[in-house]
Amino acid sequence: MSAAAIPVEQIKTITMSIYRFDPSLDKKPYMQDLVIAIPTDKDIMVLDALHLAKEQEPSLSYRRSCREGVCGSDGMNINGKNGLACVTPLSEVLKRGKITLRPMPGLPVVRDLIVDMKQFFDQLEKVKPYLITKSDNPDIERIQTPEDREELDGLYECILCGCCSTSCPSFWWNPDKFLGPAALLQSWRFIADTRDEATEERLDDLEDAFSLYRCHGIMNCVSVCPKGLNPTEAISNIRNKLLTREKN
Amino acid sequence: MLVNEIINARDLPVMEFDGIIVGGGGAGMRASLQLAESGLNTAVISKVFPTRSHTVSAQGGITCAIQSDDPDDDWRWHMFDTVKGSDYIGDQEAIEYMCSEGPKAVFELEHMGLPFSRTEEGRIYQRPFGGQSKDYGKGGQATRTCAAADRTGHSLLHTLYQANLKAGTNFLNEWFAVDLVLNTDNAVVGVIAFKIETGEIYYIKSKATVLATGGAGRIYSSTTNALINSGDGIGMALRAGMPVQDIEMWQFHPTGIHGAGTLVTEGCRGEGGYLLNKDGERFMERYAPNTKDLASRDVVARSMALEILEGRGCGPNADHIFLRLDHLGPEVVHKRLPGITELSKTFAGVDPAVQPIPVVPTCHYMMGGIPTNINGQVISVDNGKDKIVDGLYAAGEVACVSVHGGNRLGGNSLLDLVVFGRAAGLYIEESMKQGVEMKNASYDDIDKALTRLNKLNASTEGEQVAVLKNKMQQNMQNNFGVFRRGDLMEKGIEELAQTRGEVDSMFLKDKSATFNTARIEALEMQNLFEVAEATAITANERKESRGAHARDDHPERDDDNWLKHSIYYSETKEVSKRDVNYRPKTVQAFQPMVRSY
Repeated sequence: MSAAAIPVEQIKTITMSIYRFDPSLDKKPYMQDLVIAIPTDKDIMVLDALHLAKEQEPSLSYRRSCREGVCGSDGMNINGKNGLACVTPLSEVLKRGKITLRPMPGLPVVRDLIVDMKQFFDQLEKVKPYLITKSDNPDIERIQTPEDREELDGLYECILCGCCSTSCPSFWWNPDKFLGPAALLQSWRFIADTRDEATEERLDDLEDAFSLYRCHGIMNCVSVCPKGLNPTEAISNIRNKLLTREKN
Repeated sequence: MLVNEIINARDLPVMEFDGIIVGGGGAGMRASLQLAESGLNTAVISKVFPTRSHTVSAQGGITCAIQSDDPDDDWRWHMFDTVKGSDYIGDQEAIEYMCSEGPKAVFELEHMGLPFSRTEEGRIYQRPFGGQSKDYGKGGQATRTCAAADRTGHSLLHTLYQANLKAGTNFLNEWFAVDLVLNTDNAVVGVIAFKIETGEIYYIKSKATVLATGGAGRIYSSTTNALINSGDGIGMALRAGMPVQDIEMWQFHPTGIHGAGTLVTEGCRGEGGYLLNKDGERFMERYAPNTKDLASRDVVARSMALEILEGRGCGPNADHIFLRLDHLGPEVVHKRLPGITELSKTFAGVDPAVQPIPVVPTCHYMMGGIPTNINGQVISVDNGKDKIVDGLYAAGEVACVSVHGGNRLGGNSLLDLVVFGRAAGLYIEESMKQGVEMKNASYDDIDKALTRLNKLNASTEGEQVAVLKNKMQQNMQNNFGVFRRGDLMEKGIEELAQTRGEVDSMFLKDKSATFNTARIEALEMQNLFEVAEATAITANERKESRGAHARDDHPERDDDNWLKHSIYYSETKEVSKRDVNYRPKTVQAFQPMVRSY
């Protein structure tokens, strides 16, 4: 959408207060207020508003791709709460004509609303986020009952946006040692998969003071997940599995 | 060396790999998996973190005769459907390869962990999709699309990323490939690319370069495509003097959400949903009496557009159609179509288990692309003869191998990208075993690939990207949409010609190096423009109606003159013809018939 395309009588203005930082220009970050015109005849998403802001200020940087809440690019902190800009209607977050956007907390800022996700992905890789099988593959697919497959619902849908881990105080405190809700949800996704044959080693990997046990059940992850997933429940499932497993 | 300086080939650092893959979507990561598993030094160059690629948005499934729903299903029936769906300009050797190799490729995905939905027997769940038949069109509707609920693309893409992590693939995530490096022997010897985060720029040298950059739906103003679908590979290939094939063939998906453009899967109709006009009529019964709402996509999209044009559209502006699902019951809707439920609520404000979804035909898929053979090798056409381009491969939507011809069947794009991503990988693996030498490029060759970037960096005035993009998208939408007409297309081509100069010399105001998305958008805009211009000129040249290319001024299919691929080169802006492959290896070729559903 282009600002020029909106008829004058259908315009109202809003203020977007946006976190700005370009390491090559700025000594420190600052908040910039941009006044943009938005249509009055329909609701738009926060991402659409950002596009309008970028037309005015082309140097404004943020990630985006699918614009429909499935790719996980545009996680950001919207009025203090993490969410995806592309599926957050402006009407739901506009307060007295104003909206405040900051990068997701807890990770280093690269520029403006873009954070360095390295720590997040490093933690993900630690849980071996792939199916591990030891038996030979059959000529066709592996057989899995619908009931067993249902165990993966609420787990496989994760889009790796980072909203959960970057809203978790335990992750802010120990981003290198505590794996964080996103990685642990993935860990449970493979433990819960009846086709996976590495449950024991997966559990072994988690049995230290930090990787899993730094979760204190604050549940910020659940309240921000744009896909409605429940990492806290996955973490408690892993805890139960660790407690009840028989040590050989 | 940073991306915002004036860059000289002599100062450019070099990275070397056996194989590089440009694009981290399904095709790219299937190719890279093959190469990494074979021990080759492989890198994926992806402008976004790989799971942000557009494959993630595919919903309904991957079509393949795996004989789960029907133990008698036959890949030859799938081949027949695909040839018919292509309106007979799909290459039959390639379609034969895709349909017969498909089951192997799908089972491999399951072995990697793809969480397919399951049947009561524990096999992969399949649903009916448009244009599918049993027994060569004589046995009624087939049920052939393998699905993970309505999140098959998400599941496939994440599974491939996971498998690549396991295999140890090198990922250059959030790196942008600018242009191909071509040496004086016309061999492709890598790409110029920069790390978006820091702006560090390199010549990435390789023995094999695979373009897997996906589609370019953003040439239209209304599209289901992600914002990143800017035809980067097409732009790179055209600028390096390679052709594109059948680029006029653009699929308009019948069901994009009205206003937002986001996709609603054909699987909705596969599960029993149907389309209604403002009178509450199931109008597809008139246009396709046998298959109705599951006719081929081009047929359904045109029928919808006609209903709207003739005043039977829904809503206050009579500008959309209703997709009804509520009769399926909340259980089917929520279990089989959970993603659609979410998207409909977010983008249309309706719960499809209760209310119909407002939909319109929306640009969805680029059937054309860079011509390749079934090994993914890029082909150029020299005096009417095919010639393999040394060192360059393409797979997935950017390629035109050609399995989709004039119209792609639903569920065939995911199959295309795994089968041919895999095939390119297999071929490169095999040729490396035979021995492939690293070829060199001169400083002049490398400087040529830097021209575009240097020009942008030197710009002090000119038009803004957003303005140019808006102009191009409106033009394409108005003049090269579902229905096309010579006089309007000529007007559109003229307008593009006027914009060309502005695009070549646009203004980049923000010259910074760190995660500069303005520079990315400028480079993407130039790629989009290459695709738009190729589409426009070729569409005007194909004087017939075939598949998705429907002309009011040439309403009939013209097999005498146009049972051919179109071939377009940007240097001359000329369109020539190339023979369609009618030489499958194990079955008789399917001859053109009247196409009815």
